[in-house]
Formats: sequence, structure tokens, C-alpha cells
Amino acid sequence: MIRVQREDFDIGVELDRLAAGNHRIGGIASFVGLVRDMSPIAARADHVSALTLEHYPGMTEKKLAEIELEAHRRWPLDASLIIHRYGRLVPGDRIVLVATVSPHREAALAACHFLIDWLKTDAPFWKSEETPEGERWVEARPEDDEATRRWRSSHPSDDQIAGN
Amino acid sequence: MKILYFAWLRARIGCAEEQLALPSEIRDVEGLLSWLQRRGPRYAEALHDLSVVRVAVNQDYVGRDHPLDDGDEVAIFPPVTGG
Repeated sequence: MIRVQREDFDIGVELDRLAAGNHRIGGIASFVGLVRDMSPIAARADHVSALTLEHYPGMTEKKLAEIELEAHRRWPLDASLIIHRYGRLVPGDRIVLVATVSPHREAALAACHFLIDWLKTDAPFWKSEETPEGERWVEARPEDDEATRRWRSSHPSDDQIAGN
Repeated sequence: MKILYFAWLRARIGCAEEQLALPSEIRDVEGLLSWLQRRGPRYAEALHDLSVVRVAVNQDYVGRDHPLDDGDEVAIFPPVTGG
């Protein structure tokens, strides 16, 4: 399930809902992304007082749905959830929740990792930071591209959990 | 053709969305980008380094040789930074 929203979300409620009524689930893996108060670039270790997330309505939902479908193609998942916020957020605020549900932890954990890596390089969101020097757009990080490239180059069958 | 700009490209061009009638010789993304670069100083400045410019046509990422049609929705934006 995909949700792109301005509002905050309740992690406990979302995870409970994802697993409710399904007793073949062995585990839920989740990743929660938060706004931090420092720039990701070490050389610019100045204070970030807020950030604003812009996105491309329509394409955002389309890309997230494609990424989710790819995770279900690669791993035996019972359910998954991606919630991504947009608008102005302050340090400590939740930005993103990725959760995956599977009979086995390996699939849930790997799929969750895959989803957040792939989302960072494919979903059309952009961050603008507010700092004492003014506003500036966050630059994409080569490490993020590399993380997604690793998933792309790995053969889907290598990632699947055999024999469960 | 509907053209959308996002993030610093929107800010530098000073426009989020515009409807353009393109010259008929523009057939692909490459042609569109070089035509836009010549539209004025704001466009030239925003699009001077195409290595940091991504393009989506009808909400899918495309390469520079992707063909364009009048009814397309073209989005031009920097590398994404969500998550």
C-alpha cells in the first residue's frame, strides 16, 4: 500500500494494521526516516532548522507502486506499506515509513532495505533545507545511487529466500 | 505540450508549469532541452549543466533520445532526494 501525505503517521497503528488478522506472518520489518538537524554533507555541518519536501503528484505514486511491486516480485511478502510525507518538517519529524510483512524475517528485512534504497533514488521527492545561511536544495548523494545499483545488478533469484 | 519543472529548476526558471507549442523540428528530449536552453537567460542558467537534469515523459524516466509527442507531459527536475 502506498500513501503520500502531508500529515504525520502513527507507527504502532500502521504496523498493527498491516499484520492484523493474518496469522501466517512471522515478522514485520520497518524503516522510519526522520528529519535530522544537520546537513548530510560533512563539510556543511551547519544547523538545519526545517526542511520542505516537494514532490511530483502522480509520478510519485506511480514510482512508489512500481517499487513496491518489484519488492513483491523478488520476495515472498504478505503485505507492504510505504508512507512518504511532503511539506514542511522540522528535526525529529517522521518523513517516511517502509514496512514489510512476511512469514520469514529474511524476506521482510531484505525487502524493507530494498524499498528504502530504491525509493531514495527513484521516487520524485526533493528536499530544501532551512539553515542560518538561508534555504538550499539538498544534493543527491552518490552513495544512494550506488545502493540502488547494487539491488539492480543483483539477480532477483539471488535475493529470494530459498526453501521456505 | 505540458512541461513541469521541480525543485531548484522550478525556482531558477521561475515557473512550475507551462504549456508550449514546440517547433516541429523538435522530436526528442535532447532537442527539447537544447531549445529550452535558448529560450532566455533563466532557462540557460538553470539548464547549463544537463548532467544534473532528469527528464520524465508521462511520469516515467526517459533518456535523451526519447521521442516526444504534442500530448506528452514532460517533467524536468534535478536528481531526487527523498526518503
